[in-house]
Amino acid sequence: MTENDKASSRPTVAERSSSAAIAVEHLVKIYKQTRAVDDISFSLTRGSITGLLGGNGAGKTTTIAMIMGLVLPTSGRVQVLGHRMPEESAAVLGRMNFESPYVDMPMRLTVRQNLTVFGKLYAVKNLAGRIAELADDLDLTDFIDRANGKLSAGQKTRVALAKALINRPELLLLDEPTASLDPDTADWVRAHLERYRKDNNATILLASHNMLEVERLCDRVIIMKRGRIEDDDTPEAIMARYNRTTLEEVFLDVARGRVNGAKEAAR
Amino acid sequence: MTGLAVHRGISVHRIGAMILRYWYLLLSSWPRLLELLYWPALQVITWGFIQYYIAENSNFFARAGGTLIGAVILWDILFRGQLGFSISFLEEMWARNIGNLMMSPLRPIEFLLSLMVMSLIRLAIGIIPMTLLALFMFQFNVYALGLPLIAFFCNLIFTSWSVGIFVSGLVLRNGLGAESIVWTLMFAILPLACVYYPVSVLPVWLQYVAWALPPTYAFEGMRALLIENTFRADLMLEALAINAVFLVASFASFLALLRSAKRHGSLLSGGE
Repeated sequence: MTENDKASSRPTVAERSSSAAIAVEHLVKIYKQTRAVDDISFSLTRGSITGLLGGNGAGKTTTIAMIMGLVLPTSGRVQVLGHRMPEESAAVLGRMNFESPYVDMPMRLTVRQNLTVFGKLYAVKNLAGRIAELADDLDLTDFIDRANGKLSAGQKTRVALAKALINRPELLLLDEPTASLDPDTADWVRAHLERYRKDNNATILLASHNMLEVERLCDRVIIMKRGRIEDDDTPEAIMARYNRTTLEEVFLDVARGRVNGAKEAAR
Repeated sequence: MTGLAVHRGISVHRIGAMILRYWYLLLSSWPRLLELLYWPALQVITWGFIQYYIAENSNFFARAGGTLIGAVILWDILFRGQLGFSISFLEEMWARNIGNLMMSPLRPIEFLLSLMVMSLIRLAIGIIPMTLLALFMFQFNVYALGLPLIAFFCNLIFTSWSVGIFVSGLVLRNGLGAESIVWTLMFAILPLACVYYPVSVLPVWLQYVAWALPPTYAFEGMRALLIENTFRADLMLEALAINAVFLVASFASFLALLRSAKRHGSLLSGGE
């Protein structure tokens, strides 16, 4: 095979982008004087779970919002499931979903009413069956006819997760999915997400401050700081690089600017 | 975006889902339902007695029976139509649900269409009892206006939607800090649209402004019908043409404000 043949058999940037669940290239977001996201690039393979880590103000939420099309980038490109965002969002919004602490479900509607409305928005077939299935999976049955505003924080999180799964999304974006859950419920939600990924070959991108959660769930971790990608690898490789045994220690190294020292020590 | 593309992208099911969402909300709260009836009833009773009083002391108003109470009913169609639209929109902002909707397959045009349908539903709940109250308490039968009433109604409701779309865009862009515009902007139209007096009362330069507003044509048309028994179809057609321009302009400004909100990250905050 000649060099030219090899070159022609290699996937082009466009082909790589279209096969990736998410492809982000040189993404920048500037709010007035603040560079919230500063020239980041990454792509996520389909069926993977990736954790987006970083302290407050690192740019995680802005990055996720740009992937969803809720925030327009200052420059750079985002492709989701092979379509440019936000220009081709109509082609992908029905195939993805999200959960975020920045949004709520309507408080006066019952859980069943909320799921019915969102199920119809996502054109879910056999909606009653899907709601029953989610109620069973996420243990919503006891309060499915209760108003969302009368639920505990943990119950609300499970309802938000049910909404995020209502359309069986190929791509799931989660911002702090287990915040405000007790350890037992949080563990149970993580198990559900793992099972969902496995059963549906779904891609999950999650922003979390819970390092144990990221270690358990994620095949890959992207660490952000001040809008830039500080590191990007498997959890094991990152921990080895920083000579640390937990991601929490790595997180503290990055957050407190001990990056070079930790890497040097590892060498 | 071409008209064809807009049409092809519209889903009746998604619009239906949003109407269902607002219907659930209305049924879940009796104060919300009561409020729809309360203000229009208060308006018609107050203005009905004023009309009685003036008619007893003025030959002109005795002859032009119903112009005041008719004006109140038509003004309420305009005002409540816009509020019905905007309150449904505000419910999403208050509930912090706007991000969920913007991330769903729901398109802006479908969202706006569902708000229009809700404004009609809310209007019907408030205005129909109001017209019956006017009939039984003050013997003013607004339905006796016949077909012209449909022309007045359509022109007023189109304007109310234009204003509703525009202020919703402002709230989307600026967050709930801009909420007061929802409640007050229509009152800027009140003196200029000549709700209770003819356009000729205004200074000449202000008459040009008045004739640029579609509701002016509806109120002038109503007075022509009640006082001179003449239906001014020309006025209704002119109002319709201006309304078409208003609707296109308000939709374009909504899209521009939505884009600006996405540029500034307002959809994530939504607060003040």
